[in-house]
Amino acid sequence: MTTPFWRRYARFFGPDPSADVKDELTFHLAAKADDLVHQGWAPEAACKEAERLFGDLRAVQRVGQRIGTRTETRKRIEDYWSDVIHDVRYTFRTLRRDPSFTAVSILILTLAIGANIAVFSVVNTLLLRPLPLPQANELVWIAPPPSTCGWSCATYSADAYEEFRAQSRVYQDVSGYEAFATPENFRLTGYGEPVPATGIEVIGNFFQALGVQPTMGRLFTPEESRAGSRIGESTGGPAAVLANAYWRRQFHSDPAIVGKAIELNGAPVTVVGVLPDSFDYGAVFSPGAKVDFFVPLSLDKERMWGNIVTLIGRLKPGVTVAQALDDANRVAPDIYFNVKYPQSRGQYKGGLVPVPLKDYVTGKLHRSLIALWLAVGAILLIAGVNLSNLLMARAATRAKEFAVRSALGAGRGRILRQLLMESLVLSGVGAVCGLGLAFVVIRWLAHQGSLALPLLSALRIDAQALVWTVSIAVFTALIFGLLPGLRVAGGNLQVVLKDSGAGAGLGRRHERIRSVLVVTEIALACVLLVSAGLLLHSFVRVLDVDLGFQPDHAASMNVEYDDSAPTPEASVQKRAAIFQQVLARVAPLPGVEAVGISDYLPLGPNRSWDTPVPKGRPFVPGELPEPLVYVVTPGFIRAMGMNLRGRDFTWADGRNSEKVVIINASMARRFWPGEDAAGKTLMRGDEEDRVVGIVDDVHEESVESNVGAQVYYPATQQGPSRAQLVVRSTLPPGILAQTVLRALRELNPNQPAAEFAPIRTIVDRAVSPRRFFMLLVAVFAGLGLMLATLGIYGVISYSVTRQTPEIGVRMALGATAGRVQRQVLASTLRLTIAGIMLGILIAMVVARAIASLLFATSPWDVPSYLGMVLALLIVAVASGYIPARRASSINPMEALRNN
Amino acid sequence: MDTAKLEFLRGTLDLLILKALIWGPLHGYAITRFIRQRSDDALLVEEGTLYPALWRLESRGLLAAEWGLSENNRKAKFYRLTAGGRRQLRQEVKTWQAYASAVAKVLAATQLPEPEEVQ
Repeated sequence: MTTPFWRRYARFFGPDPSADVKDELTFHLAAKADDLVHQGWAPEAACKEAERLFGDLRAVQRVGQRIGTRTETRKRIEDYWSDVIHDVRYTFRTLRRDPSFTAVSILILTLAIGANIAVFSVVNTLLLRPLPLPQANELVWIAPPPSTCGWSCATYSADAYEEFRAQSRVYQDVSGYEAFATPENFRLTGYGEPVPATGIEVIGNFFQALGVQPTMGRLFTPEESRAGSRIGESTGGPAAVLANAYWRRQFHSDPAIVGKAIELNGAPVTVVGVLPDSFDYGAVFSPGAKVDFFVPLSLDKERMWGNIVTLIGRLKPGVTVAQALDDANRVAPDIYFNVKYPQSRGQYKGGLVPVPLKDYVTGKLHRSLIALWLAVGAILLIAGVNLSNLLMARAATRAKEFAVRSALGAGRGRILRQLLMESLVLSGVGAVCGLGLAFVVIRWLAHQGSLALPLLSALRIDAQALVWTVSIAVFTALIFGLLPGLRVAGGNLQVVLKDSGAGAGLGRRHERIRSVLVVTEIALACVLLVSAGLLLHSFVRVLDVDLGFQPDHAASMNVEYDDSAPTPEASVQKRAAIFQQVLARVAPLPGVEAVGISDYLPLGPNRSWDTPVPKGRPFVPGELPEPLVYVVTPGFIRAMGMNLRGRDFTWADGRNSEKVVIINASMARRFWPGEDAAGKTLMRGDEEDRVVGIVDDVHEESVESNVGAQVYYPATQQGPSRAQLVVRSTLPPGILAQTVLRALRELNPNQPAAEFAPIRTIVDRAVSPRRFFMLLVAVFAGLGLMLATLGIYGVISYSVTRQTPEIGVRMALGATAGRVQRQVLASTLRLTIAGIMLGILIAMVVARAIASLLFATSPWDVPSYLGMVLALLIVAVASGYIPARRASSINPMEALRNN
Repeated sequence: MDTAKLEFLRGTLDLLILKALIWGPLHGYAITRFIRQRSDDALLVEEGTLYPALWRLESRGLLAAEWGLSENNRKAKFYRLTAGGRRQLRQEVKTWQAYASAVAKVLAATQLPEPEEVQ
């Protein structure tokens, strides 16, 4: 049955199920009435009778409309999907026909989308997602404003903690941890050789305040907290909670570990619980460090130690950080450093500032991460523009295909949809591969223990990253598919059909757009290159910083010793004897140039005590900085390669001889401006210390920050908190380690098999975040450069192909090969220079924006800009040269004949 | 027998509609006529049930509809069997016949069967 004429127009504005139902029923009634008339009814009565016989017409109509609408919708979806499936099939067919194009596009997209997903995951973990703790937005870090006296000025005394906790009204709970723990500060025995382990002393309610529940066992009891980590008089003895990773590594996931005693520093400690895998202390509080277990901090025993704990608070629900600050300012004047000393009341005024814990952990990285995100976004744009370019070239050669399809009845929308489908398929495949790439990168990054970035272990590709993947895949497909699609669909197809030769017709206009695209690409690459150049230059400057010591050819190891003695004096003497013995044993080993011991090393944990003042000179309290304190043995200064003026400590500087100190240059300048500090006297309360030497400033907190005051005390006169052996040697640390360790074991069989860490690794770790960002931006810049090169090559190569007949004519008329080459190269350079000019303008804006990320490098750093221009010109000439060679080798006869 | 009182068993109407279309497309009114005539006026299809049944069959893909002109030159909606509809018809005819003969056998019984032996 053929569709009648009227039907073609009856539903001109799309299907209308309700009208269809009405028509159908009207026909039924009419047919019935006809029959009735036939049987002898009067026409009018027949109509009435037909309606009566039908029954409830309206109800049937309603049912019909409902079913009709449903059918219509389903049909529309089915049609759409069958079209889509058809398009997809067609797309795969066309893409298979052009494997090199497909491979290049997918490679570009994989790199660009993969980089984007990876960076998004990092940004998401570090900036967007809350910390991996329950209700992490309630957590605040309470610390004074930044100062130069290190951790001792960023922490609080036991009394201050208790007062603050008791008086504050805005917290559910306040807790903290001992901030001066160093890596491998414990020795685990009973499992073969003694092995070093890292433990943190935490206030008893630490895990409760953070909201961390143990996976096995329990947390600390109040009794255990009171007893602290050392063997106490109280019943039960010391307790420890294990980090999940340590439990798995050291105890092979022993399911019965809870309740067992392990031996730490020679004393039995009961394991009371194992923390969940999701809690990574290092990732939040101490980037780049791994922590093995936690022991309770006894506040009573630490009461006389000054500032030792950090403060972490969990705000009550609904309390803002601003309210918390008000509350802190309210209680600060009533807080004692030590309740035994009334004059220490109010010492923390202005020094109790709560900030969101998240800001404390990742705040410093904010700008770097945003910059990284933008860089990777630029890569996506470049990749999109590049593919747009490739697709334009393809579309040009496929113009005939589309013209034929259009002539056969395919609408413009349909052709546009086909082209968009191609870009969607490409970017879809690219996204899947990119996801794989990002997965590998993220897995790798999450296991970079030496990278001092927070939360790395929490990195993973999550649902948000997947959503992000899909959205950037679609976004890329749109930016690179829409422009060529619109060009082709909007082109004059008759002209194309009439024209002859591959890609004729759309050629010239296409080329103009493609040139614009390439210029954009070059400009974006320019910005990336300049940013990378600036960051690279900053990094070189950072490496050039005079650290105040020589990090190369030196290594350090934690030395165990037992200085327990009945009186402090005896203890000092015993310790001095042990240290002297150790050094005497290690110094003659082959390859050892210098050796010494210090309790703290630069660029790690640090502390300060007392505020010494120059003798005979009045100072307002607080005017002089609180110096960082290092307790060292003779030889340490030489072993570290520090520059000393005056004399080093000697073993003769004993308990009963004159008290001596060495200070750093900054402190000397500050304390005795315009004078020579050597030989001067420092007063610590009633005690006098003579300055015997001055060393160059050592970067103690970070490579990039300014140096404050530092003071070195001899280990023979003051109490070091631990012993870090430093050996300077031309031998590699691996070889040295065994002989040194053997020497130490002979003196002390308990010496754990500690690692012999090159001092260089300390510096490397300190600059690792900068290196990380610099490397990433450099990789992105390289990628951008590569893509821009590809873009330039594509455009020039295509234009040579298109102009083959023209070049043929010119050569037939006498143009030399050299001249043709020069012309092609000139057009390459024109594009490049236009791109560079635009790029420099944008780069200058960007450089200003990232100025705070630079170190000793101006945003207008000439070498960076020159390097970028040079790099781009070189790759431009290189990528223009191949098409230029091809152009100059055109055979005029062939070119003309083929036309 | 009172013809109008013969109620349709559930599912029977669908079967009859499919059967009616086996010779070619028909519109709804022609389908009622077909059923009435072939059943010797014993089965009267109510319009209120016929059309919903047709639409449902159409939406299940057993029927396809097209618009055309009736014998009186009125525009009418014609239904025809799809391949699926033909399959369905074969299936349902078989089921119906098996059912009808089973019911007939039971109704034809004249005496109680012998009790089955219990062991």
